[in-house]
Amino acid sequence: MNIVPQNPEPVLQAQELPAIELQGLEKWYGAFQALKGVNLSVRSGEKIVICGPSGSGKSTLIRCINQLEEIQGGTIRVDGKVLTTDAKSTRAVRREIGMVFQQFNLFPHMTVLENCVLGPIKVAGMSRADAEDIAHKYLQRVRIPEQANKYPAQLSGGQQQRVAIARALCMRPKVMLFDEPTSALDPEMVNEVLDTMIDLASDGMTMICVTHEMGFARKVADRVIFMDRGQIVEENDPEQFFDAPQHERTRSFLGQIA
Amino acid sequence: MYQFDFTPVFQAFDTLLLGAWFTIQMSGMAMLLGLAVSILGAVGKDSGIKVINLIVDIYVELIRNTPFLVQIYFFFFGLPALGIRMSPNEAALFALTVNFGAYGTEIIRAGISAISRGQIEAAQAIGLSWLQVLRYVVMKPALRVVYPALTSQFIFLMLGSSVVSAISATDLTAAGNDLNSLTFASFEVYLVTTGIYLVMSIAFSMAFSLIGRTCFAYPVER
Repeated sequence: MNIVPQNPEPVLQAQELPAIELQGLEKWYGAFQALKGVNLSVRSGEKIVICGPSGSGKSTLIRCINQLEEIQGGTIRVDGKVLTTDAKSTRAVRREIGMVFQQFNLFPHMTVLENCVLGPIKVAGMSRADAEDIAHKYLQRVRIPEQANKYPAQLSGGQQQRVAIARALCMRPKVMLFDEPTSALDPEMVNEVLDTMIDLASDGMTMICVTHEMGFARKVADRVIFMDRGQIVEENDPEQFFDAPQHERTRSFLGQIA
Repeated sequence: MYQFDFTPVFQAFDTLLLGAWFTIQMSGMAMLLGLAVSILGAVGKDSGIKVINLIVDIYVELIRNTPFLVQIYFFFFGLPALGIRMSPNEAALFALTVNFGAYGTEIIRAGISAISRGQIEAAQAIGLSWLQVLRYVVMKPALRVVYPALTSQFIFLMLGSSVVSAISATDLTAAGNDLNSLTFASFEVYLVTTGIYLVMSIAFSMAFSLIGRTCFAYPVER
């Protein structure tokens, strides 16, 4: 593995290493700068909600963390290790980080169970039997064990998104990234997905969620982050954030989505 | 007035069937080998490695922009100059494979590019490597998308294989030609030959739709 370890820290500090640490993160699309030097530190077990207008860079930010986007400046540390761009260490990092997408992105030609065991078997090298055990366990946890042998197209959007969560969990990630997980859902299915995420949060999973579900943010977030034009504008605990936003842009944004 | 007489044709019907069987075998083999070449070509293009891209591009453009008959002549009459000698049947199979591979590469490439970015990202996010993403996540849905195009390309290949009679491979058309020169019953011989091609085409189409329904049975959202 080619992940370069950070300068060795005193052993006592090991516990305090942030799960994820972003320093001066810059992302350019041609001449457009999507992220303008973003700093963010996420403790293990912490739940972060990121919101902001479209085009503010919030999705880009979490996509950079598991290297679906290449960065042009700054550093990303996962468990203290600086991410490098070579294929092998990229894959190693992705194993540690689960991601849930707006469009679910289940593989249509595989059953729910096959979707869940693909990573554990092909990436983690597990036996099929072990992988299926884990898959059944997580399908149970997202409360759709009975759909294991169905194909994605036979499920509702909410069910598909819960399978997507289970599929990510089957890799036993240390961190889960959610990229607007409820934005593509019919309104009546939003809650089943949010409830699953709340469950996950109460189990102590480190989570970074891009979402506009403010009820969810109030309930589970340790910190809410507001982004605009590629920068973090405001960062606060949910009560402060919603009840006494500091910045004008935050206030006008909250006013618009309320 | 010409007197239609099918008796000599039906007396020698077994030679036509033998030719037809050869056509089926040769086309089927060329399709399987050509499909493998197509997948390699399409994956090679997807690799983004410049040298491989160039090689695939040259191969595809060379084959798709030259007449099939000339390709066969080149393989059969031209290559011996380089010490590569093939029997007529081998040269025919080789030419058909190379030809199908070029068209198939483009067809499968179209299928791969029809797979959404999100599918690929979801696969990458699990930690799959580039080749694993292609193999486990992209290839089957991609083949499903282009399956109709692939099957019609195969029918095209099978019918086009009649030109291999030009280097005296022993296919259905060659059998028809032989029978014609024995009986001079051109109308009857070629009518029956045409009929056999027609039956083979229809049979293959039906077989392909059956195979398609079995291989790509998973439901998709509309």
